[in-house]
Amino acid sequence: MAILTLTIDGEQLSANDDETLLEIARQHDIAIPTLCHLEGLSDVGSCRLCLVEIEGSQKLFPACTTRAQEGMVVRTKTERLQRNRRMIIELLASEGNHQCAVCVVNNHCELQNLAYEVGLTHTRYPYLYPKKRLDASHPDFIIDRNRCVLCTRCVRVCHEVEGAHVWDIAQRGIHCEIISDMDQPWGTSPSCTSCGKCVLVCPTGALIAKGENVAEMEKKTDFLKYIVTARVKREWINTDGEE
Amino acid sequence: MTTEDLHELAEKETDRQRQLRDRILYCAAAGCVSCGSHATRDAIKKALKERNLEKEVEVLGTGCMGLCGEGPLVKISSDGSVYERVDEETGRRIVEEHLCEGRKVGAHLIDTSQPFFSSQQKIVLEHCGKINAESIDEYIAAGGYGALARVVTEMQPQDVIEEIRKSGLRGRGGAGYPTGLKWGIVRKAKSEQKYAVCNADEGDPGAFMDRSVLEGDPHRILEGMAIAGYAVGANQGYIYIRAEYPLAIERLKLAIKQAERLGLLGNRIFESDFNFRIDLRIGAGAFVCGEETALLRSIQGRRGRPRPRPPYPSEVGLWGMPTLINNVETYANVAPIINRGSAWFAGIGTPKSTGTKVFALAGAIRNTGLIEVPMGIPLRNIIFDIGGGTPEGTEFKAAQTGGPSGGCIPAEHLDLPVDYESLATVGSIMGSGGLIVMDSTSNMVEVAKYFMDFCMDESCGKCIPCRVGTVHIYGLLDTISRGKGTTDDLALLEELCVMVKETSLCGLGQSASNPVLSTLKFFRHEYTDLLSKPESFVPSVSPDPASAGPADGPAANDGHDSTTHA
Repeated sequence: MAILTLTIDGEQLSANDDETLLEIARQHDIAIPTLCHLEGLSDVGSCRLCLVEIEGSQKLFPACTTRAQEGMVVRTKTERLQRNRRMIIELLASEGNHQCAVCVVNNHCELQNLAYEVGLTHTRYPYLYPKKRLDASHPDFIIDRNRCVLCTRCVRVCHEVEGAHVWDIAQRGIHCEIISDMDQPWGTSPSCTSCGKCVLVCPTGALIAKGENVAEMEKKTDFLKYIVTARVKREWINTDGEE
Repeated sequence: MTTEDLHELAEKETDRQRQLRDRILYCAAAGCVSCGSHATRDAIKKALKERNLEKEVEVLGTGCMGLCGEGPLVKISSDGSVYERVDEETGRRIVEEHLCEGRKVGAHLIDTSQPFFSSQQKIVLEHCGKINAESIDEYIAAGGYGALARVVTEMQPQDVIEEIRKSGLRGRGGAGYPTGLKWGIVRKAKSEQKYAVCNADEGDPGAFMDRSVLEGDPHRILEGMAIAGYAVGANQGYIYIRAEYPLAIERLKLAIKQAERLGLLGNRIFESDFNFRIDLRIGAGAFVCGEETALLRSIQGRRGRPRPRPPYPSEVGLWGMPTLINNVETYANVAPIINRGSAWFAGIGTPKSTGTKVFALAGAIRNTGLIEVPMGIPLRNIIFDIGGGTPEGTEFKAAQTGGPSGGCIPAEHLDLPVDYESLATVGSIMGSGGLIVMDSTSNMVEVAKYFMDFCMDESCGKCIPCRVGTVHIYGLLDTISRGKGTTDDLALLEELCVMVKETSLCGLGQSASNPVLSTLKFFRHEYTDLLSKPESFVPSVSPDPASAGPADGPAANDGHDSTTHA
């Protein structure tokens, strides 16, 4: 492992060469918005919110999967990046059926927070109003696909941490949806251990606990850090485990 | 199998062919088969039998002969005559008149001196239309597997890579990455196990180059892959081919079996310690599986979704091992480079884009079919000389290269040389070789809509810009094409296209907006003509009602659309 220096938003920082730009930025309180990333899970680079500019390239790079290099000059808050981030949230808002006022995680929702953060007040694209399925067959939890942003955190936590791989993705493109086992009611899933990790890592109100009322539920993802740290040897974890 | 055995086989087959009185070649590629070349073959065979010629005259199915629009095609080996639209009756007449009486069947004879034939230079397609696509003996008689023999018995892996590097060969899948460089990276990667993969998931609408090569000359690909395997240190190859190509799959299966039987694939190839096996993997119909990281996942039996690069497959590929991925056409160029040397190959084309490129001509063009031309040839020559121009009474409008990832090239850029760099300067790409010609009847907004519909449907749904962005781009195009769009919609469309291009995860999303952006660049008026005209603004309290006419209403439209208010 080598130590190197790089510049992020004009600040000179030191880092290890196996660290990602996102890790380095967060260590130094440089805020980069993320949605699919969650500490303790593998990174898939799918939400595209953490894209940053690197001097010398026209392309944008996802901070969560790009490793630091000596002398790298990174910018995380240019106008171009901010505009793209706002549009990504705008696209998400138009894609699902996100009705905050009646949502269990209202005021504790990562999507909602991101919308505030990027200054999204309305969307310029027509709402797609998809017909999505809600599944309340599990005794303790509910999945409401209307509020799903397809970040696949639930897929990854179930596969990588719990080792059950209940969740996966079916269909493609705009028709993608999260399914349990062989696309059967969650309550009938033989592989689900009812551990509830998927519910806790879900950034929105798509996976919720039964019995919570509007704006009552707060999700805690800290547990992941402890589980992952507790595992001394991590080699057996298949970090390529999305889907 | 030794090199001597190979020569012996070649001689035996050449002798056999020499003893025949003549050979009738019919095109057995998917295009001609679909317009009835099997029935033609049966009619020819029947006619031969009636005249007791079936022992002296061989009838064989070859790969694509090129002029797909005029099929079924039949060629007489002895004098090189090619016949078009050969139905059963014509087939019978060819046997009767051409073979027996020496009189050519004029009405169906193709003039092989026309530019379609004379302006081409065939390297990748050199065997297509000349040898039996299902016979390994004929491939060996044409010099096949000679390059593999030489590589395995005489050359060091490093020398093979150096030879490919010097040839200047670049990836024919579209991006044009230097092949020798890629091989060198995989060679240098440290691993016990490496793989060589052939990307035959050709999915661009209107493109059928890879299919034709696989159907017409499958052994060429196997030989190229084995040479690549030797060079990079892989002992297992996979051909990832789409299920929509059943004929190519059938021929590849047969070819692999034939090569294994002769010891040209398998263990101890040419009695060296080099082992190489090739297996087929059939795609399930997703366009995105042509993207290399999605393709690798699909081979592993997982959902075909791309992942961010780096790490590139040359370092972390199949099951985490270094993996070489090349396109069909790239592998098809390998054996000729080894046989004739890198200097010969580098002398063809332009200094930066060497060799030839196969194109599939489709759309509003007289000669629809498969062609191979040296790189750097002007687009005009491809379309007007080789392609014969647009059908009578219509005018050339644009050529579309690179499928849903490419762009339209308008008439003013017809003299553009066709190579990787030049095409990029006008916002298109070389792509895998699909070339769709559009004439004055084409509506460019509809063209952009068609490709966006394709991308929307094929998006895997992993990243947000591609999953949702393509849906909204399609929606905006639809609104505009129905005459309901406004200038705001057009601005929104452009902004969204740029955003999807900048932020998408893989090549599919990053290039999905190219057809829209390039038609906007060259045919913007077709979009603006469709925009709905806002009602003339008439001030509600006018000092003089008579002056609120359209002629001088600057307040009405701030200088925008000032010509549209009639």
